[in-house]
Amino acid sequence: MNVLKIATAGSVDDGKSTLIGRILYDTKSLTDDKLTAIEEKSKQRGFDYLDFSLATDGLIAEREQGITIDVAHIYFSTRKKSFIIADTPGHVEYTRNMVTGASTAQASIVLIDARNGVVEQTYRHFFINNLLRIKDVVIAINKMDLVDFSEEKYNTIKGEIEYLASKSGYKNQQLTFIPLSALQGDNVVDKSENTPWYTGETLLHHLENLQATDINEVSQVRFPVQTVIRPKTAEFHDFRGYAGKIYGGDLEVGDEISVLPSQTKSKIKTIHFFDTEYLKAKNGSSVTITLEDNVNVSRGDMLVKVAEQPTVTKQLNATVCWMDKEPLQASQKYYIKHGVNDAQAKITQLSSIIKTDFSGKIDNPTALKLNEIGDIQLKLSKPLLVDAYNKNKSNGSFILINPKTNNTVGVGFIR
Amino acid sequence: MWFAYLKDMIMNQKTIQVDALESEAIYILREVVAQFEKPVLLFSGGKDSITLVRLAQKAFYPAKIPFPLMHIDTGHNFPETIEFRDRLTKELGVELIVRNVQDNIDNGSVKEETGKYASRNMLQTETLLDAIEEFGFDACIGGARRDEEKARAKERIFSVRDDFGQWDEKNQRPEVFDMLNGKIDLGQNVRVFPISNWTELDVWSYIEKEAIEIPSIYFAHKRNIFYRDGFIWSADDAVVYRDEEEEVVEQMVRFRTVGDMSCTAAVLSDAVDIAKVVEEIRDSSISERGARIDDKRSEAAMEKRKQQGYF
Repeated sequence: MNVLKIATAGSVDDGKSTLIGRILYDTKSLTDDKLTAIEEKSKQRGFDYLDFSLATDGLIAEREQGITIDVAHIYFSTRKKSFIIADTPGHVEYTRNMVTGASTAQASIVLIDARNGVVEQTYRHFFINNLLRIKDVVIAINKMDLVDFSEEKYNTIKGEIEYLASKSGYKNQQLTFIPLSALQGDNVVDKSENTPWYTGETLLHHLENLQATDINEVSQVRFPVQTVIRPKTAEFHDFRGYAGKIYGGDLEVGDEISVLPSQTKSKIKTIHFFDTEYLKAKNGSSVTITLEDNVNVSRGDMLVKVAEQPTVTKQLNATVCWMDKEPLQASQKYYIKHGVNDAQAKITQLSSIIKTDFSGKIDNPTALKLNEIGDIQLKLSKPLLVDAYNKNKSNGSFILINPKTNNTVGVGFIR
Repeated sequence: MWFAYLKDMIMNQKTIQVDALESEAIYILREVVAQFEKPVLLFSGGKDSITLVRLAQKAFYPAKIPFPLMHIDTGHNFPETIEFRDRLTKELGVELIVRNVQDNIDNGSVKEETGKYASRNMLQTETLLDAIEEFGFDACIGGARRDEEKARAKERIFSVRDDFGQWDEKNQRPEVFDMLNGKIDLGQNVRVFPISNWTELDVWSYIEKEAIEIPSIYFAHKRNIFYRDGFIWSADDAVVYRDEEEEVVEQMVRFRTVGDMSCTAAVLSDAVDIAKVVEEIRDSSISERGARIDDKRSEAAMEKRKQQGYF
């Protein structure tokens, strides 16, 4: 169950649905009954092509209006790997969905129509990939069949994106440029004979061959405690295990750790996964840990290596993407959820709105509206144990919850 | 040199990398227990809820599963499923709650469908909502997956429902990273889907890897069946309506889902063990819910059921 989560954004015009449809079709992931349903519906609507968006637009309103409202999840697998595509509309009014889809993605595909080159939407998509620090980004230059598979056209677009990347603050990002035709299948799954000048991999091979180091940044290990396991049975009378998921690195029996926020020091005694004990657990594993000493640990506390301390703070500087109709304004109060920890938060300053097309900032705005991204400062009711987002993704992000509606209204990236 | 090699070899055996999907599901189950007062696992006896039970065991081991299992029994379940359900819960020592659709029919709160396509599948919703109210459950864990059906593909991991169990699909909370917002008002409840991101093949591969026992009807067996509308219906069970002219034949079949007997079609299969089932699913050209007659009522059948509080 080796799974890769991929984000895509873009409109139907870019050929995104066609690309996804092509991948599903060429990897034989579309079952006959689904394919038949798409054929019938396409015909019924008078299309002379197969509208693959019919496979993913799951809501009645989406089909009625012919638009994608929500993030669609598409699943397919090859013999090597399973894939989950989080597919979002690319327009500015869907920035929220793009951020949501990209937040769990390990790789991203930016689709460009070879005829039009880099457009406003490309900038936005690229901006979000940078904000979320997605390490592996594929620039899929589509509709190459309509520009006679021109290497020159491909190089022009490549140059523009490379220029954009040179100005970005995220230097480790890996860009892969692939010339393709989703409609005809060139370089999607099979290598195209129409692009002899292109020596790289096909899109699917690139995604299949990605290794953990291609998608993860090296960071310090964090173990936020979700719940304490105390069986209180005869066999496990004194068992006191801390259940959680390991983020950012590996943990080993014998590691000297600090329990935060109390700063109590101890050592890892055992690591459990189900009924087996292990000496070491790797990044991303949900395990249960016991400590040498009888220390007080509860939900929201964090185990870290003694030499790798996060910041303990009651104030945050962050970039937020706003996700609610009711705008964010300075002096408002929210709940903040940081990993598995909760606190109250007050917005002390709304410094600026950042334009997602790389055209700059608006300073000292009065509000941050739905789908806008801006810089804010927050005061917290209790100290949180945080890292900057560019040091540790999971420990550098948070969500804001409106206490009146209980809705998730924003996502923040700690600076 | 050889010592370092040996040490490495021993260490590797003692290193755990939990699979991403399994790790995610365990994380979600632990969040449920931490964030809610009274969770329950909705158990149908099907492969997805059986998988959930194994994941719950792993999440809280060596402690017992810290919530009860609840089965909404349509009264039209395959007998093999019920027998399996009772045995599993006894082995695990967890509490099993059963609520019957028949009771809602008897007290007149729902009306049994009639005719050729009558099914109790829709009627489960009322019984489920009554049970949620009776016990005051604030989180119901279920085995729905996003790959099953396109309305389910839009479902959140924590899906908030109101007093009527309604799903407000256009107004869902965004779920970013793996932070799960379980804040609700009194009277609301959350449906939780820990295996949202699993595919049918993932579930079957997991059952194979973990050697999890499942009801026998998932494996190919000889059964009296008849054909209608291109589906294969079981002729052994009285609850499935059959016209006299619909001819009964005996064939090797298995079931890909174990819902209500009245709306679950069989598939022709020679897959008599788990390895063959996995291979069959891998090469299958028909989707899982392609054999669910309740989904065929209209393109939006699932979304409409969900809005009314269906699982």
